[in-house]
Amino acid sequence: MSDCHSCAGCAVAEAPPSLQKGARPHVVAIIGPPNSGKSTLFNRLTGLRQKVANFPGVTVEQRVGKARMQQHHDVVLVDLPGVYSLNPRSEDEQVTRDVLAGAMPGIPKPDAVLLILDCTNLGRHLVLAAPILSLKLPTLVILNMADDLKSRGGHVDTAELASELGSPVALISASKGQGVEKVFQFMEGTSGGTTSLTPPRVELPILQDIPRCRQWAHDVGTGAAYRAPAPPIWTRRLDSVFLHPIAGPLIFLLVVAGVFQTIFKGAKPMMDGLQDLIQTSGQWIEHVLPASIFRSLLVDGIWSGVGAVIVFLPQILLLFLFIGILEDSGYLARAALIADRTMAKFGLQGKSFIPLISAYACAVPAIMATRTIENKRDRLATILIAPFMTCSARLPVYTLIIAAFLADRPILGHFFGAQAAALLGLYVLGFVAAVMTAKLLKSSILKSERVPFVLEMPPYRWPTLRSLSLRLIDRSKVFLHRAGTVILLVIVVLWVLENLPVKNGQPPEIADSFAGMIGHAVEPVIKPLGFNWKIGIGLVSSIAAREVIVGTLGTIYGKEGTSESMGLRQALRSDLSPGGAIALLVFFAFAMQCMSTMAVVRRETGGWKWPVLQFSYMTFLAYLCALIANEVVRSGVFS
Amino acid sequence: MLQMNVNSGLGAAPNGAFARTLAQLPEGESGVLDRLDLPDDIARRLMELGFLPGHIIVPARSAPGGEPRVYRVDGSEVALRRETASHLILRPKNL
Repeated sequence: MSDCHSCAGCAVAEAPPSLQKGARPHVVAIIGPPNSGKSTLFNRLTGLRQKVANFPGVTVEQRVGKARMQQHHDVVLVDLPGVYSLNPRSEDEQVTRDVLAGAMPGIPKPDAVLLILDCTNLGRHLVLAAPILSLKLPTLVILNMADDLKSRGGHVDTAELASELGSPVALISASKGQGVEKVFQFMEGTSGGTTSLTPPRVELPILQDIPRCRQWAHDVGTGAAYRAPAPPIWTRRLDSVFLHPIAGPLIFLLVVAGVFQTIFKGAKPMMDGLQDLIQTSGQWIEHVLPASIFRSLLVDGIWSGVGAVIVFLPQILLLFLFIGILEDSGYLARAALIADRTMAKFGLQGKSFIPLISAYACAVPAIMATRTIENKRDRLATILIAPFMTCSARLPVYTLIIAAFLADRPILGHFFGAQAAALLGLYVLGFVAAVMTAKLLKSSILKSERVPFVLEMPPYRWPTLRSLSLRLIDRSKVFLHRAGTVILLVIVVLWVLENLPVKNGQPPEIADSFAGMIGHAVEPVIKPLGFNWKIGIGLVSSIAAREVIVGTLGTIYGKEGTSESMGLRQALRSDLSPGGAIALLVFFAFAMQCMSTMAVVRRETGGWKWPVLQFSYMTFLAYLCALIANEVVRSGVFS
Repeated sequence: MLQMNVNSGLGAAPNGAFARTLAQLPEGESGVLDRLDLPDDIARRLMELGFLPGHIIVPARSAPGGEPRVYRVDGSEVALRRETASHLILRPKNL
């Protein structure tokens, strides 16, 4: 252990494994202030052996993973939210306190703590050491960003700091992997039960008194010969460009345009390829299997339904790659700063901007991206308005209806015709609904004037491939899990509704099926919108995913179920009034016709309350506005 | 209301020629924080980020339009809206 001179209390792990099979696992909690590199270390220690959930009943994310030990059983690592203190003022601090006290249901009291601090800002970060050390759990104090400290001319005597605090101290760089072996050694020691607790040499301050705690941290740092590093020159240089009064906003717009371009144009070939693959393989299965009711369920139901959702995977992955690069490099904080003034006009804040932009691709990743917003009310408001943004799944529906009912007269030459104008109008409609809803929420149930906007500016860093790929894998797992469970269930139910009751061993005509019956049953409700029972079936089926309505309408009218299908356009034109067509567009602009979104909102808000409220509000708004649209067109205002 | 007044008596006389609050302090100049004229829980949150009485604060770059502005304080950079910064009272310069 000569290389680990700082591990004062970290015994050599020679003891036999104390944990037998089936014994209670050894639990280690990771805690640190925001931007201390906590997640990077967690990823280093666990790799892919981790899962993300929510702590029971709260919106705080819970990441639990396993670290593989050489001499002992796997250690269960719990990643706690980033906090500066344990004074329970926010949900994050409450959760952290509860977990450390063993009061969080489902999580055993941690046997040891990894306290990770940014050593380029040790004075401020050491403040958190006081409440953690007072818990009297075996603690490893990890000083992260060792590479930055060195390159910028800072210094700290880890052996002296360890003896002051009575806990081992490890100087590491989590992003580069330097010194991570010391963390493993510490965990080997605690799982072997060989770590003895040494009381701190310095007296701990009164935790409620922040100025005193800060003074204490300063004194401890001075005792350990801490020399703060020089200011990060490159961060200052880059900020003089990225936050320049003129260049800053221009770069910001370029970045946003780049994200947009990539998720729509860049993802298109991959999405088309995936679409072809799903279609071809579906046809192959159809060819191989004998004709039966199961083949129909497998090919027409499951394969095409789940395929309709999986098609969005390339777009979602690209989006997360972008967000990952923006966040890990530190630019996301600058973008939030630039966007803040505009977002404040709608009662939101700068950090809501990127999630809302993401929602133009798909609300599901957008809602997952709201995790970067620390303010719970702002985060909730962003989650609730994100599904109003015109997502890709609305496009096939919009394209079909617009093409069927609107001749493409040129408005601004070849490039901008009436159809493009209608499409743009629908984008604006969704945006306006989002903004109005945000204002409504922030002036009523989510009023949060008391919490000020505070945004820490992290230094710029190179994003690492490791962290980006772990994030991509995690996010695609969440997305595919949704597609694989919720959507699958809805698809099977819909298929059953469309193919039962069986008549003479044959599936019924769609009008006589259960789905048809539902369509007929809802007809009186949707008639004022200008919809008949066929559109009713389409609306019911689109609850799985919006674009499913195109395929369903294809089946109902016996035409090819794509938005380019001329037959389907013709059939719609003769079956739907112009008022009904406009109403249908308006309905799709506002309604939350998406099970995946509901499922992810439930997950992110920790219960059914918000998704149910959101679904009711959006459906009500959709119904009302579609009704108005139909009435206005019918009364002939525009003719 | 929590009024963190470390040197009560010294920071009493406001001087019109100098910035009284952080929001009035020009970019690049430094000021010493005297107290946080904010509700207790918000003041504590800002103190945890380094906005402590007696600490030196330097306004750095801002978003276009002048806010929010980044402040250099206690070894890190934190952005605040003007509305919040105007509640952070500075010590008079000549003391």
